[in-house]
Parts: sequence; C-alpha cells; structure tokens
Amino acid sequence: MHGTRILQEADRLMTVCNSCRYCEGLCAVFPAMEMRRAFSDGDLNYLANLCHACGACYTDCQFSPPHEFNVNVPKTLAVARAESYAAYAWPRAFAGAFARNGLVISLIAALSVAAFIFGFAAVNDRGVLTGIHTGPGAFYKLMPHNAMALLFGAALLYAILALVMGVRAFWRDIGEPVGMTTDAKSLLQAVRDAGELRYLDGGGVGCFNEDDHPTDRRKLYHHFTFYGFALCFAATCVGTLYHYLLAREAPYSWWDLPVVLGTLGGIGLVVGPIGLLSEKWKRDRVLVDEQAMGMDTAFILMLFLTSISGLALLLWREAAAMGPLLALHLGVVFALFITMPYGKFVHGIYRFVALVRYARERQMMVQGKAE
Amino acid sequence: MVDLTRRFDVLVIGGGNAALCAAISARRAGASVLVLEGAPKFYRGGNTRHTRNMRCAHDAATEILTGPYTEEEFWKDLLVVTGGQTDEELARFMIHESKDILNWIVEQGVRWQPSLGGTLSLGRTNSFFLGGGRAMLNALYRTAEELGVDILYDAEVIDLVIEHGMFLSAQLKQPVGGKTEVRASTLVAAAGGFEANIEWLKQYWGEAADNFLIRGTPYNRGAILKMLLAKGVQAIGDPTQCHAVAIDARAPKFDGGIITRHDSVVFGIVVNKHAERFYDEGEDIWPKRYAIWGRLVAAQPDQIAYIIFDSTVVTSFMPTLFPPIAGATIAELAGKLELDAAALEKTITDFNAAVQPGTFDHTILDDCRTEGITPAKTHWARKIETPPYLAYPVRPGITFTYLGTRVNREARMLMKDGKPSANMFAAGEIMAGNVLGKGYAAGIGMTIGSVFGRVAGREAAKNARN
Repeated sequence: MHGTRILQEADRLMTVCNSCRYCEGLCAVFPAMEMRRAFSDGDLNYLANLCHACGACYTDCQFSPPHEFNVNVPKTLAVARAESYAAYAWPRAFAGAFARNGLVISLIAALSVAAFIFGFAAVNDRGVLTGIHTGPGAFYKLMPHNAMALLFGAALLYAILALVMGVRAFWRDIGEPVGMTTDAKSLLQAVRDAGELRYLDGGGVGCFNEDDHPTDRRKLYHHFTFYGFALCFAATCVGTLYHYLLAREAPYSWWDLPVVLGTLGGIGLVVGPIGLLSEKWKRDRVLVDEQAMGMDTAFILMLFLTSISGLALLLWREAAAMGPLLALHLGVVFALFITMPYGKFVHGIYRFVALVRYARERQMMVQGKAE
Repeated sequence: MVDLTRRFDVLVIGGGNAALCAAISARRAGASVLVLEGAPKFYRGGNTRHTRNMRCAHDAATEILTGPYTEEEFWKDLLVVTGGQTDEELARFMIHESKDILNWIVEQGVRWQPSLGGTLSLGRTNSFFLGGGRAMLNALYRTAEELGVDILYDAEVIDLVIEHGMFLSAQLKQPVGGKTEVRASTLVAAAGGFEANIEWLKQYWGEAADNFLIRGTPYNRGAILKMLLAKGVQAIGDPTQCHAVAIDARAPKFDGGIITRHDSVVFGIVVNKHAERFYDEGEDIWPKRYAIWGRLVAAQPDQIAYIIFDSTVVTSFMPTLFPPIAGATIAELAGKLELDAAALEKTITDFNAAVQPGTFDHTILDDCRTEGITPAKTHWARKIETPPYLAYPVRPGITFTYLGTRVNREARMLMKDGKPSANMFAAGEIMAGNVLGKGYAAGIGMTIGSVFGRVAGREAAKNARN
C-alpha cells in the first residue's frame, strides 16, 4: 500500500509497464523502472521526478486510454511529481502553499511589489519615487545598496536553506545509492542530461504536445527560459562583484557586462516563458495535470514579469518611471526568491537530483555487468 | 474529407504495418491511394500495435544489431520453425528483401532502438522498434499522411465486387455516412487474419475456441479473407494453424497484448486441471519453447493449465502483469487453483524425486534433467520445494491465423485456377501462410508485412498506371 492514491496508481502503471518494456528506449524512467520489481513511495517519487513529461510513452502505448488498462504515465507521474513537491517542502507548515499555488504566488508578488512602492515613498522624501535620477548610484537614491544587498541576500539565503532541506528529504526518501555524491562521473552526466534536456525529446523525435506529431518547441522554450534565468542570475552576481570588488555602482552602461548578460537573459526570459505558456495552453489535456496548472502558470508568469520589468527598467531608467519600475522589478524578484521553495522552481532541483541518481544507478549496473 | 466519388489508383484494405507499407510504397510510386482501416483511430494497425521487432537478414553488425545474420541462416531458421511448410521461392525472396527493409523502413520515419539486452536476447536477429509497435505505426501513418495518402477509420468493407479475378469496387460502410461504393484500379488486401472471429475458429477447433484468448485487436475478424476466398482466390495454409502462446488466464478476452505472456515455464512445471504434467517443460530455449505452449494448453481439458514454481525463482523471469497465486503449502496452492490437492502433491513429489543433480543455466540446454518420469523434463529441472509455492494459470493466447490467400512474388493474388489476378494484391497476415505454413519465429510477421506490403504497393501502383 502507498501513502497516496496517486502513488497507488503510479505503482499499478509501473507494474504494467514493467511487464511490457516497449518504452525502454524513450527516456530514463523506464530503464530505471526495470531495475526494480516492486516500488516504494520513494521509488515512485524518484521516477515521477525523472519524468520530463515529453508524452512519447503515452502516444506510443498500445494500452493508453481508451484501452481498459488505462495507461497514462505522463499524467500520473505529473500528478505524483506535483504532490511530491508538497511532501518534501520545508518547513512542513508551508507545504500547503502548493495546494493553491497560483493564488499564493500572485498574492505574495502583489504584496511584495506594493511593499517596495510604499517603502520607497515612506523612507524617502516626496518626489524621490517619481524623480529623475541618472548616473552611478541612481538606483540607490531610492534604496541604499546595503539595504538592497541585505534584503535580497537574506531572501536568497532563506530560499537556499529551504530548498536544501527539501532536497534532503527527497534524497532520503528515494534512497541515495552508495557513493552518489562522490561519483564525479555521474554528477557530470546528470549536469549534461539536465543542461541539454536529453529526456524531453521523445527518444529523439521531440516532445508530444497538442497531437501525435512531435516537435522540439517545448525543449527550445525551456532552454530559452533556463539559460535566460541563468544569464540574469549571472548578471546579478557580476553586478554585486562590481560593487564590492571594483566599487563600481549601478546603473552600468548598456555595453557593460552585467547589462549585456541581463539583457540577453531578459530576452530569453521573455521568449521562453511566452513560448512555454502557449505550448501549455495548446497541450492535449489528457497529458496535463490540471491541478498543477495554477502552479505552472504562476511560475512562468513570475519569470516573465522579472524579465519584462527588468528590461523596462533598462529602457526607462533615465525617465520619471524609473522609481516605480525599480519597485516593480525588485518586488517581483523578491517574491520570486522567497517563493522559490514553494513553487514550480523546485522541479528543476528534484529532477536534477533524480538524474544524478539515475546516472549513478546506471553506472553501478554497467560496472556490475562488467564484473 | 476524403472524396469517395473519385476513382483511386490503389485501394488498401487494412491499417497495419503491411497496409501502410503498401500505401506508402504505392504513393511514392505516384499512385493515388485510399486506406480503409476498419478500426477506430485508437485501435488502428491491427496486431502491429502489439509487435515490437522485426527479423531481418544482414551481412554485418550495425548500430542496432549484432551480426551477421545471413540469408542462409534466416532460411534455415524458417525451415526449422515451419518444418518445411513454406514456399521456398517466396520465402527466399522475402529473406533477400528483408535486408533492404531494415533501411527502407527507417526512411519511412520508423526508428530502431539500440539493443538494450534484457530478457529478450534477440539483438542479433531482430531489430526493435523504438517505443514499440504503436510508435512504429504512428510513424508510418504520419509519413503516409504527409505523402497525401487518404485514410479513413471506422471504415468497414462489407462487400467486394470481383469479376473473373478482377477487382472492380468495394462496398464501404461507415458509422456516419452509411454505405458507399469505392472504386479503384487495384486492390491491396492487408486486412489480417481471422483470429478475433471465435465462430470461425470454432469450425476448426470446436467448442475449445470459446476458451481462447485473443492477444490482439478484436477487429481482425477475417471478413476480407472470407470474401476473397469466396470469390475465387486460391487459399493457402492450414486453417487450424495459428500462432498461439500460453498467456495468463486472467487476461482480457481481446487486446491484452504482450504483457499477458509468461516466460516462466522453464523454471517450474506445467500441470493441467487434473494436476498432471503433460509435456516436457525443458524441451527448448526461449523463444522456441514460448511459441509451442499455446497449442499444448489448447489440447488440455477446458484449455487451462498452471505453471507451478517455487519462491526461489520469482526474480528469474520477466515481471508479470498479474501476480502469481501463492500458497504456503502445495495443498493450499491447490485449493486456490481449484485443483485436487492430493493429485498436485503427488505430481510434485514424483517430479522432485526424479530430478537429477546438475548445473542450472537457463541460457543453454543445461544438464538439469529428470529420470524415470513421463513426460520427462529434459533441461532446467530443479526441485520445487521452497514455499511459498506459486502458480500462474494460463490459457491459449491466439496472435494470428495462417489461413490466407495465395500470392506470387509480386504479392499478386493467385486465383483458384492458378492464374494471377488482374489487379489484386495481398500483404501481411492475410498471406502469411505462403511463407509460414506453421510455427513461428519472433519478428517474422513484421518482416512478411513490410516486405510484401512494400512489394504489393509498388506492383499495384505499376498495375494501376498501365
């Protein structure tokens, strides 16, 4: 017996799939399944997070509905995956944030933006919020750099702590294979698999979305989003280093490294989220975990708002709109940081850990066979 | 919308591998093509949905196959499984063509997966479809659609107009739209066997057929085959011959597919409803032994048998869809199986007493055997003595039938008088009996389908344009 109904269903499906195995060439889920004959809750959560929801196994399955065996692996694992996020959330008291995630994230984002606007207005003289500020240190007329660094540093540290605790719980539940953290080869393999989204390709043809014609659009938009996010994060890091190491204050010229990284990243974070959202809307409902639509959409929109507000700030930083735009951008980024452990952001982390485990398991299997 | 008032160059009846290969090859040869698939879209493709691999000759190892598997070796394998019941000219032709099919099918969008080893160790003779048979079908349908082949689902053909061996038109019946006459210059029949037609099976098997489970689609009812044979096409193949394996008795009546199979026979013994053994469970290596047990069980009372083994071997074979039935004692297991407990105990005691010492190795014909019992278990015999005792109930699972239409090397149907039909071709299970008089070797059904499908489409297109 399993902890939840969806894990019960996932167990039923894995039993069907394990006696078929036609999909073993499509992705990592099925070879991982084949290494087992029975499935614990942890095993099922591991498989659920290993699934990239490409949909190929559904389209290829002779037992998918309307067949009486009713095999729908992508959807079942999607529901299990979403439930696992809540199950591993830290602190436990915040696990409920996953249940009505869209609502929670939008409230926090709105409150956060409002807090920055009122904060700017309350702390400063009248007129600073809508005044025109140019040259180095312009942003800090609204909020001192140290206050900014402290606030965002604290938010980020909290997010990292909560994520680490969540991953630790996940890690324990899925049963870490011996030597997983010290196996550089497996870690590197997982980095590569995650970096190229190897398992979002339906075994080579692409991801299945609105019908049985595979495309690579979801993979492409995901790449835009992920690498866009990475570039924006890099821009922030470089800016921080500039400030403390080189004593150079923002805003920087358009050709300077933080701005170039941030602009490129921002464009990625506009194209990617719009694409992902439009693919999501088109997606065949039979593959979708409808319960998690709010969570997925909220995270995609948060990324989109981050980039669009950042780009707007770049465009109008020498105009009167700078103050409100800075408040908007900082508010969104702050909300993004503190909600990271309680939203779709975690999928990347758990998936990566699952990929490390898979790489390690495969490694051990190959070694076992060689011996 | 498909314009049914026009006259097509090629009409393909059926929707599986053979039908699609025919449609694609005819279309590539410039013909207009209409495919009539009797099943709804989800169930399209007949038994191809449940297949996984294809047997092709090749002279050297490739990315997906170890090698070589020569034409001569393929031919010898075919001779063994059919016991010589094959048309040598057609069989050798098919084997020769199979070499090129490996590549041709990839050009049609089908993808092979690298051999992953595992339970089916067929990496040298058989290529596996990435994602299985339905993935393969999806690729063929996509290609056919892109090429402009017209396809209708739920398209049941209820009559064929054939005069002196010449196809004129087909009567089509659809759930919406009713009856329509479809005209075409040539016909490719690729509509499968009649394994899902229990009434027809009963003509040869009697009431036993009621206890058969059909592994594939419920739509293979043999209607087209029956019409063709009634209208002067020459029959080939023994109507009692079919590909039958022992599958789980708890499987659905139709379409249980691959996951109802059992490959545990070698690890235990098989008894009938009287708790008696009836055949040498250690006669041959998978997959040859796999293909004989359907027929063996069909010959037992009530067409039921039980694979009995003990807890020491449960992880030695493929995981099963249905869990084994378990008992702490033989008597308890017998009770759950509704077998006579004393009889089962005696069978197992006698068997255990007859087991000779040996070194177990299920990958070869090992030296573990019995002495002094009938039937003997000639290999892999080990005592059944570690509880819990386990069992799988099994019934005959029919995959396809061998009665079909006679064809020549052009896949052209031959009429009862021996003359080739003017414009009718056949491919796939409906003509498999030409090559496969009896027996089975894994993946050969798909070879027949692709090779003769491709030939039939090409020849039909040529015929239509003349």
